[in-house]
Amino acid sequence: MKIPGWKELTPGAVILQAGNATEFKTGSWRSLKPKWKEENCIQCLFCWIYCPDMSIKVKDGKRGEFDYDFCKGCGICALECPGKKGKKAIVMEEEDK
Amino acid sequence: MGKIVAATGNEAVAEALRQINPDVCAAYPITPQTDMMQRFASFVSDGKVDTEIMLVESEHSAMSACIGASAGGGRVATATSGPGLALMWEMLYVASGMRLPIVMPVVNRSLSAPLNIHGDHSDAMGARDSGWIQLWSENAQEAYDNTIQAFRIGEHMDIRLPVMVCLDGFIISHSIERMEYLDDNVVKAFVREYKSLNPLLDVENPKSIGPLILPDLYHEYKRAQHEVMTKVKDVVLDVAEDFKKISGRSYGLFETYRLDDAEIAVVILNSAAGTAKDIVDEFREKGIKAGLLKPRLFRPFPYEEVAHALKNLKAVCIMDRADSFGGYGPLFMEVSSALYPLNDRPIMINKIYGLGGRDFMPQHAEIVLDELVEIVKTGKFKTIKEYIGVRE
Repeated sequence: MKIPGWKELTPGAVILQAGNATEFKTGSWRSLKPKWKEENCIQCLFCWIYCPDMSIKVKDGKRGEFDYDFCKGCGICALECPGKKGKKAIVMEEEDK
Repeated sequence: MGKIVAATGNEAVAEALRQINPDVCAAYPITPQTDMMQRFASFVSDGKVDTEIMLVESEHSAMSACIGASAGGGRVATATSGPGLALMWEMLYVASGMRLPIVMPVVNRSLSAPLNIHGDHSDAMGARDSGWIQLWSENAQEAYDNTIQAFRIGEHMDIRLPVMVCLDGFIISHSIERMEYLDDNVVKAFVREYKSLNPLLDVENPKSIGPLILPDLYHEYKRAQHEVMTKVKDVVLDVAEDFKKISGRSYGLFETYRLDDAEIAVVILNSAAGTAKDIVDEFREKGIKAGLLKPRLFRPFPYEEVAHALKNLKAVCIMDRADSFGGYGPLFMEVSSALYPLNDRPIMINKIYGLGGRDFMPQHAEIVLDELVEIVKTGKFKTIKEYIGVRE
């Protein structure tokens, strides 16, 4: 994303491109990374409900992989995940592992 | 044609606001502004205007609501005084930073403590750096005329900045003077239909306002804001030219009074300029070449023009109805900055007068002009900054 000079700015810092936050990848803020263990997932979609961003991709009513471009690693999904028979379907791991 | 009336400053500005008929007005009562907005609230309840009036719980809320309404796409006005303006401080910068052309009469009042409700310029001088345009008014007529012009200046598509219209608390706000109202349709045609810029309530074009701007861009936004201020002077003069056509009254960046061939002069804002002009006349009758300069546009300050107007003087007294404790008065700082680049400049002194509504009497102007005569004679001055009209 090119950073504009002062003559190119919209008056009053109004953002005219609706939804342009998608251009700003916030995944790099992450120090912990959620890992999805599909074998323990009961597809309750708690993670999708609780995610404060939109980092759980859902297709046809079923969750898929994380959207790591925007997941900041807050860990709420892992905390809320009921898992299966006491085994979590989401676990937090150190980034870079 | 217009109508000659006897009106107070508050009444006159309320009348201007009625004629302009803003979309939204959020205000909170504070002396000496209260009576202005009370009159305007009556216009709303009597169906004389279409304005949505919002009675809020503080001036911080009043300015916040005005910002929301202006960002939404409406023509917005409010008014305040002294501590009310101080409570708006945070939101003043939001209004100018978001480039929202809100018009706000400021009925100048001192700041506490000690608690005082009277005329003093400390309030608006405290908002000097907030990015608002400031127009200052000597009397009810100027306050009325400046209010009408303020909408055209602030709403100009090259400007889009909020404007304060300053008038002295009680001295002007509550004193009845002869003045002239323009006809409603003349004012309506002059201020024109409001045009919004990137309004939030345009659902076809969704947008975000008030974003977080980090160090990679904030500096650029402020540079852009500075640039806009450099264009204000020309717009103020253009609008004044148009205003003259409907009113016959001339306005500039400042008013000069018997200044052309003057050797000594005072620079003074608002109502006290009227008193000082009488004494300038007395000195002229004595054969002393005295003059006066009364700033109208204080922000942006017209440095080059003021320097040009004062450059031939031998001595000048800049008079402040506000103090910067530990510094010179705010008007002195501007005028001395304006004169600094000249190789030959008048001797400058600074007098602090009239704080907290202390009357500015003709003899105060006499004392100042006598001192300037003495400075010219001896080429020496005693002190740069001094209080006048103060009991020892």
